Amino acid sequence: MIKINTSNPEETFKVGEELGKKLAPGDIVCLQGDLGAGKTSLAKGICAGLGVKADITSPTYTIVNEYRGKYKVNHMDLYRIRQEDELFDLGFEEYLYGDGVTIIEWPDKSGALMPDQYLDINLRGEGTDREIRIIPQANKFIGLMAELKKDVDLSN
Amino acid sequence: MKEEFLILAIESSCDETSAAVIKDGKEVLSNVVASQIDLHRKFGGVVPEIASRKHVELINPVIEDALEEAGVDYEDLSLVAVTYGPGLVGGLLVGIAAAKAIAYAYNLPLVGINHIEGHIYSNFISHPEIEPPLVCLTVSGGHTDLLYFEELGAYQILGRTKDDAAGEAFDKVARVMEIGYPGGPAIDKLAKEGDSQAIDLPRPLIYDDNYDFSFSGLKTAVLNYINQKKQKGEEIPKADLAASFQQAVVDVLTAKVVKAAQDKKVKRVLLSGGVSANSHLRRELEEKLDELEIKLYYPQPRLCTDNAAMIGTAGYFKYQLTGEIAPYSLNANPNLKLG
Repeated sequence: MIKINTSNPEETFKVGEELGKKLAPGDIVCLQGDLGAGKTSLAKGICAGLGVKADITSPTYTIVNEYRGKYKVNHMDLYRIRQEDELFDLGFEEYLYGDGVTIIEWPDKSGALMPDQYLDINLRGEGTDREIRIIPQANKFIGLMAELKKDVDLSN
Repeated sequence: MKEEFLILAIESSCDETSAAVIKDGKEVLSNVVASQIDLHRKFGGVVPEIASRKHVELINPVIEDALEEAGVDYEDLSLVAVTYGPGLVGGLLVGIAAAKAIAYAYNLPLVGINHIEGHIYSNFISHPEIEPPLVCLTVSGGHTDLLYFEELGAYQILGRTKDDAAGEAFDKVARVMEIGYPGGPAIDKLAKEGDSQAIDLPRPLIYDDNYDFSFSGLKTAVLNYINQKKQKGEEIPKADLAASFQQAVVDVLTAKVVKAAQDKKVKRVLLSGGVSANSHLRRELEEKLDELEIKLYYPQPRLCTDNAAMIGTAGYFKYQLTGEIAPYSLNANPNLKLG
């Protein structure tokens, strides 16, 4: 696990950007944290790191926003999902197991459809301070974790 | 030649399944929205809340209802208009498939409409006399877009939200405050009892020299305020918080709209989308624009939320002004942008 402390949304964005640069097609990143925890800032950073030039807007209402950067990027928000059934209708598994990078906010709403290989990111904090915990839930992320430790300043 | 120009319009981009019949572009003969008809009687079962599969079950009865209410047969139609984005792909595909089938079977032109354009055109139903040039603000759960229309059918995007839509901020703040859903009306109501100056909240981008919006930071500021109060064991002044939050959103929206109206030297401003129903936004905007002798228009309440009538009117203008017809290969575009 890596623990990173940031003191404003810009720093959170930068952590996302470093992470985004290291992701590969098929990777799934789950973002967990309360409303206002910084999921949007981190997701924007990840997309920037993946070379997405478009504005990253909230996917809460659309549930999925698709972008094209270095790879296809699916930015999902399951906040409004009430039943797993709705995920089938949405083509959830097609997004997950396609050749793009998928970022999922509120992944716990996916129930039994929750992927079992993913990069787990937890955000929490007070005021503008945030603690970001990155936990790899698959062996394929071991290399990425080592690189991230090297490239992100963990001292503060 | 047909005497009346009758459009069948279909909208299924998000939570509602809707069909409408529009006469000569601006007259609504019927506007059926699925949540308004007796589903339980029709299907003898419970309809899932937002599952896009529900569109499949609802689309045909909704279209039949719209035609029946309008007293129109398929043979009387002149055009089929359908939303092809942005929205949920599952819902969009259902509407598009139905529209294509009807267009093909009755040999009618098919027009694909952008959902946000539909919201804009909802104003032309409520106020048929509107003429460009004008500035239009579309604010809803999924959108915050500021546009300039030099003429009908040709618009320029001035600005949009960089993160959350205004309506989304309303919904999420209301949820954390535990005052009910949908958040817009709940905050609007509670704010009437509160002091809008009580709590100091940020007005993101308000002084920036552009027409863009950002509401994610404001939402976070409200959540931080709530958390601090909770940690200190203090009671949250909900009415004051609702009023202060609403004031912050209204201040930003108003500032940008007034700036756009002045920069573009227009005499008319349109408001559309679900948040256009917010009473405080209407009042403040009307006041500020009044001083500048600019008239504000907004649609009647039932045309503010998602409905097919607005898609029909947008379809009328698109067809009449550009003659642009969609091919049978028209596909859903979940991320369709304006422009």
